[in-house]
Amino acid sequence: MATRVLDQQKVQAVPGEKTGIWSWITTVDHKRIGLLYGTTAFIFFLMGGIEALLIRIQLGSPENTFLSPERYNELFTMHGTTMIFLAIMPLSAMFFNFMIPLQIGARDVAFPRLNAFSYWAFLAGGLFLNSSWLFGLAPDAGWFGYANLTSIQYSPGLNVDFWMIGLQVLGIASLAAAVNFFVTIVNLRAPGMKLMRMPMFVWMSFITQVLLLLAFPVITVALFLLMFDRFFGTHFFVPSGGGDPILWQHLFWIFGHPEVYILILPAFGIISEVLPVFSRKPLFGYAAMVFSGVFIAFLGFGVWAHHMFATGMGPIADAFFALSTMLIAIPTGVKIFNWIGTMWGGSLQFRTPMYFAIGFIAMFIIGGLSGVMHSSPPADLQQTDTYFVVAHFHYVLFGGSIFGLTAGAYYWWPKMFGRMLDERLGKLHFWLMLIGFNLTFFPMHFLGLNGMPRRTYTYPAGLGFETLNQIETAGSFVLGIAFLVFLFNVFQTWRKPRNAPADPWNGATLEWSIPSPPQEFNFAEIPVVHGRDALWEAKREQRGPLPEPARVSGRGIHLPNPSYWPVVAAVGVLSVLLSLMFLSHFGPLGVVVAAGILFLGVFMWAFEPAG
Amino acid sequence: MLIRTAAWRPSRLVTALCLLTLAIAGCSPEHYPQTTLLPRGDFARIADDLLDTTVRWALLVFVLVEGVLLYAIFRFRGKPGDPEPHQIHGNTTVEIIWTVIPALILAAIAVPTVKAIFQTNAVPPKDALTIEVVGHQWWWEFRYPEYNLTTANELHVPVGRTVSLRMGSADVIHSFWVPPFAAKRDVFANRETRMWFKAEAEGDYPGECAEFCGIQHARMGYRIRAQKPEEFRAWVAHMQTLGPKPAATASSDSGVRTASVGASVSAAPTQGQPYASGEKLFQSKGCVACHSLQAVNAPKGMVGPNLANVGARSYIAAGTLKNTDENLARWIRNPQAIKKGVLMPNLGLTETDAQALVAFLRAHR
Repeated sequence: MATRVLDQQKVQAVPGEKTGIWSWITTVDHKRIGLLYGTTAFIFFLMGGIEALLIRIQLGSPENTFLSPERYNELFTMHGTTMIFLAIMPLSAMFFNFMIPLQIGARDVAFPRLNAFSYWAFLAGGLFLNSSWLFGLAPDAGWFGYANLTSIQYSPGLNVDFWMIGLQVLGIASLAAAVNFFVTIVNLRAPGMKLMRMPMFVWMSFITQVLLLLAFPVITVALFLLMFDRFFGTHFFVPSGGGDPILWQHLFWIFGHPEVYILILPAFGIISEVLPVFSRKPLFGYAAMVFSGVFIAFLGFGVWAHHMFATGMGPIADAFFALSTMLIAIPTGVKIFNWIGTMWGGSLQFRTPMYFAIGFIAMFIIGGLSGVMHSSPPADLQQTDTYFVVAHFHYVLFGGSIFGLTAGAYYWWPKMFGRMLDERLGKLHFWLMLIGFNLTFFPMHFLGLNGMPRRTYTYPAGLGFETLNQIETAGSFVLGIAFLVFLFNVFQTWRKPRNAPADPWNGATLEWSIPSPPQEFNFAEIPVVHGRDALWEAKREQRGPLPEPARVSGRGIHLPNPSYWPVVAAVGVLSVLLSLMFLSHFGPLGVVVAAGILFLGVFMWAFEPAG
Repeated sequence: MLIRTAAWRPSRLVTALCLLTLAIAGCSPEHYPQTTLLPRGDFARIADDLLDTTVRWALLVFVLVEGVLLYAIFRFRGKPGDPEPHQIHGNTTVEIIWTVIPALILAAIAVPTVKAIFQTNAVPPKDALTIEVVGHQWWWEFRYPEYNLTTANELHVPVGRTVSLRMGSADVIHSFWVPPFAAKRDVFANRETRMWFKAEAEGDYPGECAEFCGIQHARMGYRIRAQKPEEFRAWVAHMQTLGPKPAATASSDSGVRTASVGASVSAAPTQGQPYASGEKLFQSKGCVACHSLQAVNAPKGMVGPNLANVGARSYIAAGTLKNTDENLARWIRNPQAIKKGVLMPNLGLTETDAQALVAFLRAHR
């Protein structure tokens, strides 16, 4: 690769760097949108964490009355919904936004204003969902909202409406983002970056976008059917009207299982970036990593009914879904072995990102193995809906996704903010998180197998559940402290001046070839790629580190204009759904006004003059 | 995980904590009445055997892979000034090996799994005892068509005879879970689901609903009693006497009845006859609209649990409270305080009313 500096003017203040709230609202810069995603998602993550701590306090002792049953049901519903849709997915989206264009050598995403729309729609959906707390009407039917509990008859309140509408808006945001990143990766790669030269994070993100594109339409349709049931009196999921609650389960899990891979594949990608850099050795088995990722995604659409073994589907369906589920363990195992293979024979640099990456492997193995345990239907019939499953998916989503995303945060922090996070605090964060995580979730395996069901607001004394629940509650607070340490680290770093060089870790990929933080246009000159690990190649050619890239004026580089119409369009989407939710209050006029906002946003956006 | 965190870094604290976890927890399943790990029925045994198979493989894989990871962490720790390590990009042979070995392990799990799937889905034997299970928000109804009996929240089964459950729901989805003898199966309003098991030993165990079903999902427990065949037969014979009020019982309190018909409706209940006034309250306060008192020929579609033998049950309110007089009175007076959202309303009963109802219900054994 070659980066020639365009314009060596002495640039002190970075030109083109705009400030102020308006610049953030109208921004179409993928890096700023990435930061918006990250900040918003991290706040939601903390909210989800507080919800979890309240749940843990309640379960710390039997027959506890710390929370009322309604409040508890709202908390576990919102904890799941928040962590999946408002924390892990948008935290991944932060890295998609910030890193994909940088890693493929592009100046922005393919559709910058659509990117802004995705963020604002995500924010609208997240705020709307959480506004339910203010009315005491938080969703209370579980994150998978099983019919027919969600029908008007059994959930007459607005709680389920908040969930249904919120999720619908979030789904639209995710779909728009998926189209954007799919096209970006296909079309905007730097010259020479063939598909099989893409960084592994880009590959895993690419597969994630395909999953999003194929899985989210299903939940969108399912939510529309539910919306018709609740608002207009249809009976898609109402047995007394001839509908079928099992239909909801099939639709939900055809979305819901790929969703699991949507949550974990970006973390796979991050780990595959971090391990080679801190092993000073290329990723072991690049092609095997790519194809195992593709294989996982493909199989991910053929295993949904393993969430439904208890519904009694019959031996043929049970056997099919059991075997397809077991098959997924093979490509997943291949990934784990290749990660260890990457470390093997390397020169391991134990910096904070590496700690979290190794923690990811160690914890994800446990989540994978418990997954194989309940791929076996007769055994799963005992495990399903118990704390064994809660343990399993937290080892996958916390031990996996969150450890992976945290590794990514420490790894890319210098690139995103131009500041190095403190290593000692980072390692303290790691150890507290590892200990707290295992104290919280490991005992759940035993509780589940020993008969503790999920989603119960309390449990009677005398069933033996007391001790392990106490340990778990203590562990959850250790986890909470771990994230306070992280926050403190961020706060301290933020007060210090920028100190990060362009390439603090001896990186292998293009984002490390440009200044930290990058300038608005990313690359003064689009790089040309000659192989995998493009930056390592360049350094090898140079026989040493590259000179620190200078900040340049970037005059003459065309960048898309800022626009506020995506914000209007995002508000319009939420308004239309809200007008349906409150049809009895505002009548058809409300729908017309809301549709008008949406139309105005889209129309003005479409005919906005180019800069 | 224990091994790994213990040895990963000189973190004695972790070691201590993990050992403590094991020591305090008493992970042995005997301490858990609802455990799935001590199967006492054929269905549960099939599930447990499969679990054993997978756990064995999982432990082996866990120790090997985490061991290799640990080894790599210590063996390949880089030091400042180390030269660039040898740049290896992959190895096809190794890739094939670590694809094939997991496939073989999975095959070793898949074969018994498929066998067990067909075993557990098999048709139960002809002489099986059919029991109909109906899930309600938030209690369980059990019907024995063979004996024309209905009861609630306490399931009696004979040891040694296969029980064939035919299950449904009166409202939302629930999941009927029998931890010691079988496993769980969801119940639906629009379809029948089935499960069977043969209890292999006597015992009295708790079970509960396993699918989230609304505000009181946590309070939807039941008891399952596996009894020796002769004890079970005796229980059935006794239950069959709890039909429409037999003449003998009616005559014993016929005086009261005549009196109440003859006198004004608001005849004050006398302290000496709590049973009689309880019986009257059961009618006048509307309890009878939701609760049947007959085990034989019980009407279908009742909203509340059948109370024909409520006096003899060990728990009330679906596993919520021990069935003492005091708890029963508390429950009757203020069910919403104990199980918020339950369909049983607060009727504004006085303590005297409640005591009378307790006396009346206690006699239904």
